[in-house]
Amino acid sequence: MNIALVEYGAGNLPSVERALTRLGVESSRASTPEALADCDALILPGVGHFGALMRSLAERSLVKPLHDAVASGVPLLGICLGLQAMFASSDEAIGDAGLALFPQNVSALPPTDRLPHMGWNQLRRVRPSALLEGVPQDAYFYFAHSYAALDAGEAGVALCDHSAPFVAVLEQGSIFATQFHPEKSGPVGAQVLSNFVRRAGSKQ
Amino acid sequence: MSLAHRIIPCLDTDGERVVKGVQFVNLRDAGDPAALAARYNIEGADELVVLDIAASRDHRPTFLETIRRVAAELAIPLTAGGGVATVDEGRAILRAGADKLTVNTAAIRHPELLTALAAEFGSQAVVLAIDAKRVGDHWEAFVRGGSVPTGLDAVAWAHKGVECGAGEILVTSMDRDGMRSGFDCALTAAISRVVNVPVIASGGADTPETFLEVFREGRADAALAASIFHDRIQGLGELKRYLGEHSISVRQSG
Repeated sequence: MNIALVEYGAGNLPSVERALTRLGVESSRASTPEALADCDALILPGVGHFGALMRSLAERSLVKPLHDAVASGVPLLGICLGLQAMFASSDEAIGDAGLALFPQNVSALPPTDRLPHMGWNQLRRVRPSALLEGVPQDAYFYFAHSYAALDAGEAGVALCDHSAPFVAVLEQGSIFATQFHPEKSGPVGAQVLSNFVRRAGSKQ
Repeated sequence: MSLAHRIIPCLDTDGERVVKGVQFVNLRDAGDPAALAARYNIEGADELVVLDIAASRDHRPTFLETIRRVAAELAIPLTAGGGVATVDEGRAILRAGADKLTVNTAAIRHPELLTALAAEFGSQAVVLAIDAKRVGDHWEAFVRGGSVPTGLDAVAWAHKGVECGAGEILVTSMDRDGMRSGFDCALTAAISRVVNVPVIASGGADTPETFLEVFREGRADAALAASIFHDRIQGLGELKRYLGEHSISVRQSG
């Protein structure tokens, strides 16, 4: 199975790669439309700025291939900013269009609690989740962000609470995403990545 | 359900080896950074900080290699820094495998560096490190490894640093550093009150009680320590169990 990490300059790509290697899973990097078209599963890592991410994808002509891959049912996992990029827009870059796999907006978290939301937090599960299979209910995951999707309709399968309830895990068909960093979340993070890989493998 | 208080082992390095001292002087060798990183990753550290306290230009490639070796051992976040003065130097540290970088001396000279780093990498990747020493009725920020006073009030500087773009404050009490006399809770609380970003307390870590104090009275979001962990005076799992029993939210490990 060819799992490709979308390469557009995301700082956490090597960490995700290392996390997969630890699981014994080989991955490649895809930075061209051709490479994106030729894979069985995709991971969209991300840290930094919503607008910068979308511009990087556009400059490399990766937006359409990403849409095509999703349309043809290739499993996609978005991580952190990679989750946010799946939405139509973000308060972080008003006027910039996201991938719009979901119609909602990504919001700036209100400053009720300390921001950025930085550190380990627990999840509130609201629907059955493939990514969280085998993960203890009280597990902690590592977050580092100031923006979040407050609503993803039925796709939001687990929420987290910090300043406001927000979508921590998102699943719909072959689209998966986490606001936390599974690659930085110790053994439970590895379990989430492993669940995605297994799920992707079963789709072949 | 709430955000866990973080316990963060810190590796002070000369670029290549872990060193330790008391109040920033009398440094001695304390081991291989990658080996210690592997140990803390398994024992349940919530994050790791690696600093190049020599921070000399000549040693920079060595330190970047150290970051790569440390990052390879970790499934937890890594913060690195020491002598970062430009966006390019920051990028090199993040590319080497760090998730966040610390800035200290250069930010005091040029606060706009914080703004530039935040614009490039996001505030969540920019940690403002402040070395503070009690002077009369306030705390003063020191630079160059704690050797040069700046005349800046540490609490006011923390506030300004966050306005400029810092996403987290790492405050080290120079009075307590390496003394094992407890964190400076008054200093940490004073900074915690004026900023809305997470605050990491450093300097003075000793017994589990000192951690409890800095989370309660010091209002810290995270606590950092070096020698008590390196020398196995305090185990991470045992420390977290103690804090959990005292109603501090922590991520229990192992």
